[in-house]
Amino acid sequence: MSGYLAGTLAILCINLIFAYGIFVSAAAGQINLGGAGFQAIGAYATGFIAGTLGLPVWFSIPAAATISAFIGFLIAFPVLRTRGVYLVLATFAFGEVVSGFLLHTDTFGGAMGMVVPVHIELWVLMLCAIVVTLLTFYLMATRLGLAMRSINDDEEATVVIGVNVRAVQVAAFTIGGAFTGLSGALYAHNYGFVEAQYFNALLSIYVLLFVLIGGAQTAWGPLAGSLFFTVLPELFRVGGAWRYVIFGVLIVLMMVIRPEGMVTRDLVRKLSPRQWWARRAAVGS
Amino acid sequence: MVGAPRGGGELIVTTALSVTNVTKRFGGLTVADNVSFDVPQGARMALIGPNGAGKTTLFNLISGVHKIDAGSITLDGKEIKDLAPRTRVHAGLSRSFQNIRLMPHLSVIENIMLGQHTQASGLGALLQPIAWQRKSIWRERAIESMHSAGIKVDPDASVGGLPYGVRKKIEVVRALMSRPRLLMLDEPAAGLNPRETAELSAFLKAVAWEGLTLLVVEHDMSFVNDLCEHTVVLNFGRLIYNGPTAGVHVDPQVREAYLGTRKSDKKEPSHVA
Ligand SMILES: Nc1ncnc2c1ncn2[C@@H]1O[C@H](COP(=O)(O)OP(=O)(O)OP(=O)(O)O)[C@@H](O)[C@H]1O
Ligand SMILES: [Mg+2]
Repeated sequence: MSGYLAGTLAILCINLIFAYGIFVSAAAGQINLGGAGFQAIGAYATGFIAGTLGLPVWFSIPAAATISAFIGFLIAFPVLRTRGVYLVLATFAFGEVVSGFLLHTDTFGGAMGMVVPVHIELWVLMLCAIVVTLLTFYLMATRLGLAMRSINDDEEATVVIGVNVRAVQVAAFTIGGAFTGLSGALYAHNYGFVEAQYFNALLSIYVLLFVLIGGAQTAWGPLAGSLFFTVLPELFRVGGAWRYVIFGVLIVLMMVIRPEGMVTRDLVRKLSPRQWWARRAAVGS
Repeated sequence: MVGAPRGGGELIVTTALSVTNVTKRFGGLTVADNVSFDVPQGARMALIGPNGAGKTTLFNLISGVHKIDAGSITLDGKEIKDLAPRTRVHAGLSRSFQNIRLMPHLSVIENIMLGQHTQASGLGALLQPIAWQRKSIWRERAIESMHSAGIKVDPDASVGGLPYGVRKKIEVVRALMSRPRLLMLDEPAAGLNPRETAELSAFLKAVAWEGLTLLVVEHDMSFVNDLCEHTVVLNFGRLIYNGPTAGVHVDPQVREAYLGTRKSDKKEPSHVA
């Protein structure tokens, strides 16, 4: 495999896991604009554990995801007290606080960044991406996933139906924290170096776009969104500086044409084998 | 038409729901003014009143959407006024909404299975991949209820495109999935055609025969006459009648309430005359 292709594939895996982290809470009706903050926590945690403490990566990566999940769990309580645009702002502020903290903490290298030892192979990234994808599909098929989707549709009615909405949202935020943290840890080991400036607001916006443009209704959405956002900019490389313009226009067009995302629930239903056969039978009779 | 097998005959009549001196103000507006009434176990009771009388608000108070300012609400003798809405569902209370509140992005069967949430307790039940299991007990129970309510649509269809009457029925079935002891329906017959209304009435009688207590807000008086033996009437947040449905149309206070605020959109203009 060429180095270029392998590099793109690695980015795709990291982006996909990152996107699923944001998707899980978005599916439960919470827009998380602090993605970069969680990713930074994962990246620095594994960097510290594997680098400074010298522990093996098979320990540091899961530990980083766990730490990120735990921080997600802790901040879920104050953050989820806010609603709508304030929730978005609260998560955004969280992301800024994390990168600001890392930038000014010498233990983590400050503005100099941090060298992360142990490069991980591509197959590890791919395995992680596949596992996270399957886990997300599984989650969305469970009763917990049903409750999450219900909250996204009508939170007030979901409360009256008897769902512990707050607990479901905290769970979604925590799982999201684990996934985003994992993506950060993988990023750190893939590049061998992390710096706080990388985990900025633009990154949080990008990953949110992966999810919203891809579609937040089903677990297919982040897959479509990550592919679109990772592969397309590569294809437009030939366009030079204009590629950002083309890309921006494409994003706006997508929002206009498919406001609910590239992959919607109805689309998945239509394309599902069972429905397809049902339609064939209906036409035949 | 009152069924003998329900409750304990005339000997022991226990109270399912008891609303006592309930008061609620929104700003300066008193939407529930010292309201008291009991719904006996197994009864089918109607809650009627002119538009804006406070019927939906009373449902919101009983189901816990809003907290009451004063008074008491008991379900099977237990005080529930301070419980969270979901805890009231666990205690046996379930309701539907006046404006259909189905989840637009969930399928028919998913909407119904959502109603089972309080039945599926524990982490194991929460992590069961019910969407992948075509033969789970949960799905089977939901399909069974769909059939007994006469809902003849593809369970995996999206609810968005379905006719109004079908969506209304799905909401009733969803409310039943928590296996409530008291079912509160807010205008279940609104927007149904006469055949659908008759079907709904028959279906509700059937579930009430199994011991369920019903409290129904409804403007359609022929539906109320057919389904409910008892009626309470609200007007401007005050209870003005509590007695047999047959006596509603001759009660002077009720007549005055309706004549005073007569709305042209009433389905049955003759129902108080
Ligand atoms: N959340 C709220 N805040 C303020 N006022 C409210 C609120 N909910 C209801 N009201 C007011 O309470 C009064 C009673 O409304 P409610 O919806 O309970 O009437 P209703 O009897 O259900 O009427 P309808 O037959 O039209 O459904 C109305 O004046 C309404 O504007
Ligand atoms: Mg009402």
